[in-house]
Amino acid sequence: MIRFLVTRLLSLCVSLIAASVVIFCVIEVIPGDPAAFMLGLNANPDTVAALREDLGLTGDALSRYFSWTTGMLTGDFGTSYTYRVPVSELVSDRLLVSLPLAVYALILSTALALPVGMIAAMRRGTLTDVGIMGTTQLGIAVPNFWFAMLLVLLFAVSLRLFSAGGFPGWDAGFLAGLKALTLPAVSLAFPQASILARITRSALLETLNQDYIRTARAKGLTERQTIVGHALRNALIPVMTIIGLQFAFLLAGAVIIENVFFLPGLGRLIFQGITQRDLVVVESVVMLLVFAVVMVNFLVDVAYAAIDPRLRIRT
Amino acid sequence: MKPTPSLITGAILTVFFLSLAGVSYLWTPFPVEQLDIGRKLQPPGSLFWLGTDHFGRDTASMLMVGARTSIGVAILAVGIGIGIGVPLGLAAAANHGSLFDEVIMRGNDLVFAFPALVIAILITAVFGPSAVNAILAIGIFNIPVFARISRGGALSLWTLDYVLAARVAGKRSFRISVEHILPNIANLLLVQGTIQFSLGILAEAGLSYVGLGAQPPTPSWGRMLADAQTMIYMAPRLAVFPGLAIVLMVLGLNLLGDGLRDHLDPRIRRLRQ
Repeated sequence: MIRFLVTRLLSLCVSLIAASVVIFCVIEVIPGDPAAFMLGLNANPDTVAALREDLGLTGDALSRYFSWTTGMLTGDFGTSYTYRVPVSELVSDRLLVSLPLAVYALILSTALALPVGMIAAMRRGTLTDVGIMGTTQLGIAVPNFWFAMLLVLLFAVSLRLFSAGGFPGWDAGFLAGLKALTLPAVSLAFPQASILARITRSALLETLNQDYIRTARAKGLTERQTIVGHALRNALIPVMTIIGLQFAFLLAGAVIIENVFFLPGLGRLIFQGITQRDLVVVESVVMLLVFAVVMVNFLVDVAYAAIDPRLRIRT
Repeated sequence: MKPTPSLITGAILTVFFLSLAGVSYLWTPFPVEQLDIGRKLQPPGSLFWLGTDHFGRDTASMLMVGARTSIGVAILAVGIGIGIGVPLGLAAAANHGSLFDEVIMRGNDLVFAFPALVIAILITAVFGPSAVNAILAIGIFNIPVFARISRGGALSLWTLDYVLAARVAGKRSFRISVEHILPNIANLLLVQGTIQFSLGILAEAGLSYVGLGAQPPTPSWGRMLADAQTMIYMAPRLAVFPGLAIVLMVLGLNLLGDGLRDHLDPRIRRLRQ
């Protein structure tokens, strides 16, 4: 296990270093002069020079890269050019929206997908199974932002049960915050739940073919006891992996949904950074999202190896 | 063997949208760049089949030309994935266990670790929003997918007798890869290509929805949805048609991919018989 952890940790570090190099190059090296890029075509050269000084862009690329990465390691993500506040402050405010949204969507998706996938597997080949599989096929094909618009049409425009967008802040009360995140979370969760339900179904079907299930049935256990006590626990291993990967996706994939609902999350922060050409914000937030995704993938791998010893041996 | 219902449905939907895109080059009910405020927000009828938008443009014509944009971007992005990923995967399999193989596979892992959407947004934001940059941004993430699948497929073939025979006959790795391996992984690539095509349609829609894909006046399904959102209280139907087009196209491709896999995989075929 220790050898597995060390190899996996090393590859985690390599991924993060490579990601930081790619992001740094895309943002700071490729556009030429980031200060000129940020101020636009008609900027006064003196203003550009002042901004370059202000942002610490005077050194060569290599030293700037090192100061950026070492800064991030100590929690210093630089200062936003448009907001004039430390990026870390902006990020922590926005995380209070993005993180609960991702968790909420994940809970909804799992709560929907597991029972639905189980029912489909247990009634394999019946009309219920065909209906569920058809719905999930549709769920995978629906772009989440379009689904979000349909939800707005139904629940905000027609039924007026929810607001069409915006976030009142957690100060307005937990329930008010939760209500504002409900439509975004549902629109994120539905396509993810479709994928998860299909995986749950096939994982369960695979375990139901195993010898130990036949033994369980032969010794007189009911179908329910067999599935809950024996099949489900084994089928859940691949399902857990996908849930972990989906969390990483939900964190980074909420970018568009946050725009549909005008939620002040990390995704909107990136877009605002892009439209205002605030490269410091874009660079750090993208790096943070990559870090979150890579980290979650790492934790999933480790958890998986802890559960399934065969994986440890293979590495 | 009879084709499955999913293969038939998928093929019909895919051919329908491909033809729609093709026909739009020759004919659309109305020119899409023609703005006419006087006929704005017309309901669907015999003249404007799906109604008009807030600029008086015909929605059906916009959908047809939009199909061209979405399909074009997705196909070219798959092309990038196949064009770069397959040679890399084949070369990695031919040099299995070498440093080259290791570098290619670790590089693949790296690209997989990135949140694709965020990086695509980053690329289009820095290089400027356009259909070409959307193709590049989506295409880059197709490369490791095809590299991995062709390497995996090729590795199992390299152990087979006829490849050994070709080596004994003095053929070099490159020739074996092209003449013997590639034709035998074509089915795999076809199925994966269909899946990546459908993911490309979704990604293009997402990028153009946030304004980072094809730029106006070129219509695209995602762009139409973004425009519709501003009119959602006045004309909700504007949000329905482009979304339905995306769903049906993606559904068609997914069904086609599933159907092709079942049809082309001899093991599944045998099970069904």
